[in-house]
Amino acid sequence: MSAMLEIKNLKKHFITGHGKGRKVLTAVDGISFSIRKGETFGLVGESGCGKTTAGRTIARLYNPTDGQILFEGVDIAKMTDRELRSYRPKLQMIFQDPYASLNPRMTVQDIIAEGIDTYKLAKGEERQERIYQLLDKVGLKREHATRYPHEFSGGQRQRIGIARALALNPEVIVCDEPISALDVSIQAQVVNMLEDLQKEFNLTYLFIAHDLSMVRHISDRIGVMYLGKMMEIAGSDDLYEEPLHPYTQSLLSSIPLANPRQKNFLNRIMLEGEIGSPINPKPGCRFASRCRYAKPDCFTVSPELRELRPDHFVSCHYAENLVPNVKKEEKIQP
Amino acid sequence: MRLFQEDILKNIQFEDDLILKVDHLQTTFYTHMGQVKAVRGVSFDLRKGEILGIVGESGSGKSVTAMSIMGLVDEPGRVSGGSIRYGNLELTKLKDSEMNQLRGKEISMIFQDPMTSLNPVFTIGQQLKEVILTHTSLTGAEAHERAIQLLRMVGIPEPELRVRQYPHQFSGGMRQRVMIAMAVSCNPKVLIADEPTTALDVTIQAQILELIQNLKTKLDSTVILITHDLGVVSEICTKVNVMYGGLVMESSDVIDLFENPQHPYTNGLLQSVPINVRGEKARLIPIDGTPPDLLKPPSGCPFSPRCPHTMGICQKEAAPLFRINDRHCAACWLHSPEAPQVPGYVQSKVGEE
Repeated sequence: MSAMLEIKNLKKHFITGHGKGRKVLTAVDGISFSIRKGETFGLVGESGCGKTTAGRTIARLYNPTDGQILFEGVDIAKMTDRELRSYRPKLQMIFQDPYASLNPRMTVQDIIAEGIDTYKLAKGEERQERIYQLLDKVGLKREHATRYPHEFSGGQRQRIGIARALALNPEVIVCDEPISALDVSIQAQVVNMLEDLQKEFNLTYLFIAHDLSMVRHISDRIGVMYLGKMMEIAGSDDLYEEPLHPYTQSLLSSIPLANPRQKNFLNRIMLEGEIGSPINPKPGCRFASRCRYAKPDCFTVSPELRELRPDHFVSCHYAENLVPNVKKEEKIQP
Repeated sequence: MRLFQEDILKNIQFEDDLILKVDHLQTTFYTHMGQVKAVRGVSFDLRKGEILGIVGESGSGKSVTAMSIMGLVDEPGRVSGGSIRYGNLELTKLKDSEMNQLRGKEISMIFQDPMTSLNPVFTIGQQLKEVILTHTSLTGAEAHERAIQLLRMVGIPEPELRVRQYPHQFSGGMRQRVMIAMAVSCNPKVLIADEPTTALDVTIQAQILELIQNLKTKLDSTVILITHDLGVVSEICTKVNVMYGGLVMESSDVIDLFENPQHPYTNGLLQSVPINVRGEKARLIPIDGTPPDLLKPPSGCPFSPRCPHTMGICQKEAAPLFRINDRHCAACWLHSPEAPQVPGYVQSKVGEE
C-alpha cells in the first residue's frame, strides 16, 4: 500500500502575548508519520498534547510553522489558499463538538451542500438529489433536509457533520474526536457507520481520540503524542499488547476496564504529576520529568523516533531495556 | 444564627448499616414546554461502606437523583413524590436551613465540572475555610491549618503555598482534588461524586479514582458514584444501578452485572463497548434508536422502543423490579413468570442460578 499522506517533521507554533510577554507555544513540535491508502491512523494523547492541532494543521485549517504534508506525494504544507482549492475537497474534516460545528441559522441541506455550492459542483435538482443521497448514507431521512440543527440530537448532528464531510467525495477525512461528545449507545452507531463508509468509498481516516479502547477498535495503526512530540507509533494490537514507551505503558494501564474481575488498579503504572506546559519546553525528552526510568541524559538529549521492531517506532533512549523480550529477540538475531 | 436552631443532626439514628433509603423518588421539572419527569420512581438502598455506581446516559436521571438527595434541585424542578430517608430523617420534608446543616457535614457532593464549581474570585483557602467554619467550631487560624492539611491529604504539592492561590492557577485535575478536599472536609458519611472524572484525562482519572477510593477507606464513608463509563464502574464500585429514562433498569452487585446482565439495556451497553482481541475486529453491536424524550416519555418501559425483545406489555406498563437473586434485580418483563422464552437470552441464564 502506498502512502496517502506523509507527514514530515510537522511543526505548529502559536505566538501568545505581546512585547516582553511574547511567548512561543509549541503545540506540535516536529512529528512525522505516514498514513496508507484506506487505512485508519489513530492519534491519541492527553489534552494539551497537540493532537487536535496536528489534525487541523494537516487539514490545512492552520498554516504549519514548518515541515511537509505530502498528499499523494505533493507537498501541501506551503500552498497558498488558491493552490489549495483543488486539494480541499479531497481532505475533509469531522469536528468534535456536534453542537458548535453546525451553523444554527442554516438548514441541514444548506450545511451539507455548502461545499457543493462553493465548488459549483451541482445545481437545482442534481444538488437536491445529492443531498438526499448523502442523508441516506448517514442514516438520516429526506424530510430532515429542511430542518435546522437544533432539532437534532447529538448523534444525529454528528451524522450531519459526516454527510457534510462526504459531500465532496473526499479521499482523506480527519476525524477530530467524532464520538467523544456522544452517549455510549450512540457511539457504537457512529463508529459502525464510519467503518461502513470507509469500506464503501475507500476512505483514509486520521482518527483523533482520547477514548483508548475505541481507538484500538477502529485504527489499523496508532500514534501516541505527548507535549507536541510523537512518542510511539505501532500497529494497534502491537501497541496495546506490548507498548514500548514508558508513557504509552502508563497511559494504557490507566484505561478502566469493563471487567470487574480484572481490575487494572492492581497493576496500574500510576503517573505522577501532570502534563507540562508547551510554552518554552525544556530540552531533552518531553516526558522525562514524569518518567520513572528517566536517566540524566533524558533531560538533555531529545530522543529520535526509531524503529525498534518492524513497524513499531518509539522515541525513547532506553526502550529496549524496559521490555525484557526485546532483548531476547536481539540475542537470537545475530 | 445556627445557635437558635434545633440541631437536627443530634438525633439521627441508623438502622443497622442502612444509611440512605430512596423510595419511589420522583423529580419533575415544570417547564413552559410541559412537565419533564426526570426521575420517575427510583428506589434503592445505600448501605455503609458501599460504593454504589449509578450508570446511565445523558437524560437518564442519574444526576437529578443525586441533586434530589442533596436537596439541590433548582427551579422549575422539585421532588414531586417518594421519600429519601437518611437514617430516621426524611430529607424531602426538611427545610432549607435544616438541609444546610446536613449538606457538607453528613452528605457532601463532588460536582462534574471542576472548572465552574469553584468561585474564581476567592482563594482556594477561603473556599475551603468557608465549609469548615460553617460546620465546625474551629477558629479561623485552625480552619486555615485544617485547609492545608486537607490539601495535603488529597495530594496537592506545596499546600502552604497553594492554599493562597486562586482557582485559575490550578489545572483541571488539581481543581478536582480541591473539590474533593472541600467535600470531605467535615468527614461526611455519604460522598456523592457526580461524574468526577468525565472532564479529565485517563491518567488523571486514574489518580482521582484512586484518591476517592483511598479517602473512602480512610474516612470510613459511603460513596455514590455517578458515571456514564462502565469501565469506571467496574474498577471501583461494589454495587450498580443502571438507569434509563428516569427509572432504574437493573440493580446488582458489580460482578454479577458484568457477567450476567439481566436487562436488555445493560446487555446492549456492554455490547456496544469494543472488546479488543488481537487480530479480531469484531463489529460493534450498537443499540438502535435514540434515548427517550422526557417531555413525552414512551408509555410503559422507556427502553421498549429500542429493545430487541420488546413485547406487547412493554409498551403498556413499566416492568417492576424482578428479583434475580439476593443481590440482583432487573426491571424487565422477560423475567415475569408468564413471559415467553426468548431463545439464548435471559431466562436461560436465570435458570442456571
